[in-house]
Amino acid sequence: MDVRLAAQGLAIGYPGRRIGAGIDLELAPGGILCLLGPNGCGKTTLFRTLLGLIPAQGGEVLLGGRPLAAARRAEIARAIAYVPQAHAPPFPYRALDIVLMGRTARLPALSQPGARDREIALRALDRLGIGDLAQADYSRLSGGQRQLVLIARALAQETPLMVMDEPTASLDFGNQARVLAEIAGLAGGAGGEPLGVVLSTHDPDQAFALGAEVVLMKEGRILARGRPEAVLTGEALSTVYGVPVSVERTEGGRLVCLPALGRRPPGQAASPEVMDIA
Amino acid sequence: MVEGTRAVRRDATLPLAAGLGFGLVAMAFAALLIGPYPVSPAQAIGALAGAETGQAATVVLSIRLPRVAAALLVGGALAAAGASYQTLFRNPLVSPDILGVSAGAGLGAVLGIFLSLPVAAIQGMAFLGGLGAVALVALVAAAVRNADQTLVLVLTGVVVGALAGAATSLLKVLADPYDQLPAITFWLLGSLAAVTAEDMLPALPVVLVGLVPLVALRWRINVLSLGDEEARALGVEAGRLRLLVIAAATLVTASVVSLAGVVGWVGLVIPHLARMLVGPGFGLLLPVSAAIGAGYLLVVDTLARSATSTEIPLGVLTAVIGAPFFIGLLARGRRGWT
Repeated sequence: MDVRLAAQGLAIGYPGRRIGAGIDLELAPGGILCLLGPNGCGKTTLFRTLLGLIPAQGGEVLLGGRPLAAARRAEIARAIAYVPQAHAPPFPYRALDIVLMGRTARLPALSQPGARDREIALRALDRLGIGDLAQADYSRLSGGQRQLVLIARALAQETPLMVMDEPTASLDFGNQARVLAEIAGLAGGAGGEPLGVVLSTHDPDQAFALGAEVVLMKEGRILARGRPEAVLTGEALSTVYGVPVSVERTEGGRLVCLPALGRRPPGQAASPEVMDIA
Repeated sequence: MVEGTRAVRRDATLPLAAGLGFGLVAMAFAALLIGPYPVSPAQAIGALAGAETGQAATVVLSIRLPRVAAALLVGGALAAAGASYQTLFRNPLVSPDILGVSAGAGLGAVLGIFLSLPVAAIQGMAFLGGLGAVALVALVAAAVRNADQTLVLVLTGVVVGALAGAATSLLKVLADPYDQLPAITFWLLGSLAAVTAEDMLPALPVVLVGLVPLVALRWRINVLSLGDEEARALGVEAGRLRLLVIAAATLVTASVVSLAGVVGWVGLVIPHLARMLVGPGFGLLLPVSAAIGAGYLLVVDTLARSATSTEIPLGVLTAVIGAPFFIGLLARGRRGWT
């Protein structure tokens, strides 16, 4: 089954308020797409459009070659899992209950999740190293733990594609690395079939770490896309984020992005022009 | 670890169901004995078995039994509807009246009393008034498309409720103060004093019909409590499901309000107790809320008819008990609108 997710000439936003336009994207199982761009550039709106949660304002989104607008919610949910930014639910569900909700699209309309669904949910929690939180009150978990539970829910959904809205935003340093490794593993087929993952992040280093295809956005448009080494230059990052950024290679060979903090003495400045080695 | 916890949960469900069931039966039996005319347990059992005749049997079968059954039905239905509305609107401080069903039913009944219609017609008008108010709210919300549906529904519910309240007030001013006004006041405060077995016959099937989709879709209703966007991303047609839940819960509420008048607080407070017992999962929350609500209203109604020589209106008692509880929740509460 072709489960490619594609956007063609997509315009995003709301009736009377267009946020972005001219967006072309393609996500296939095994690929990682990393969206970078400043706050308010339309990343979340793009995700909501890709998931069919809001209608496209122009162009179209295709899922497996068919218009997304014609698909039923359950069909979409069997193809694309969504990891929203962590939030507080109104009721004190157990973490396991939240993960079990990921099974909904796999259940017949009038069914409850059964023993097999529970197993899948628990395996998803274990996989992220939070199996011991299964019975914990989700509403009392830390933001980072909640984020991991939501990722576990997406895993339990068993989809070929996954959309993650800033999956590392509220995680501590260790959990960020853990989640990134998990994302790389998912795309590499560590869990069986390789997954296609599109994620947004505020940390360009993550794109280097993941070796992901980068989509650099500003004001609702795609400025550049491609390999991170090609797209994430100091110049491009400086333009997009409005602060001087340099990209440097560590002794280990990884590229890292360093924003300049305030003014520096002349001569020692890490100006994007001279430090751009990508 | 996992197998263990799952087993514990299943084991805990059975004793809970048995406890609630036994408690309800015991309370219902006790309520048959309580009242101005003394009835012994032996007489009550005899009357129920058909072996006893005479005045005690008449009191048990014709006066107290319909009333006990009505209290169980109304309390259970209001609490079940409250649990549904709270889960649907993702807010534990929501009551079944939120979309104007009580205000609409009140207006319908008051109009019926004002027009001096027979009891059955008054009940019918209350039922239609309740459904009409909620239908109006749903229509307005559907017309306001590009906004947060939950918020639009709730605000429209407040507006329609206020309008119905204004119309009710107007009818009270115009009503005959000696004959109609007391009836109106009594109805608006809720009472089971006049309920007969015949009154309950039409209400019971409607309540059951309303409960069917709530029970059948209990898992998806859970998912809906995560909010529209997440529910849809998880494969639930949120808009359609919400309409269905509103229709079902409104049917349940309107049919018992047309029977008992406006009995507040049950649908607001009881789901909280149930949630403390079994957690927020709607599959258990719904039946446990219904059971506790049934028992609660039975106790309150038995108090209402036996504590004083003049009957206390139900709505007054439920408010006196419910208000302090609610304030306690607010003081403890950590959630508003998400």
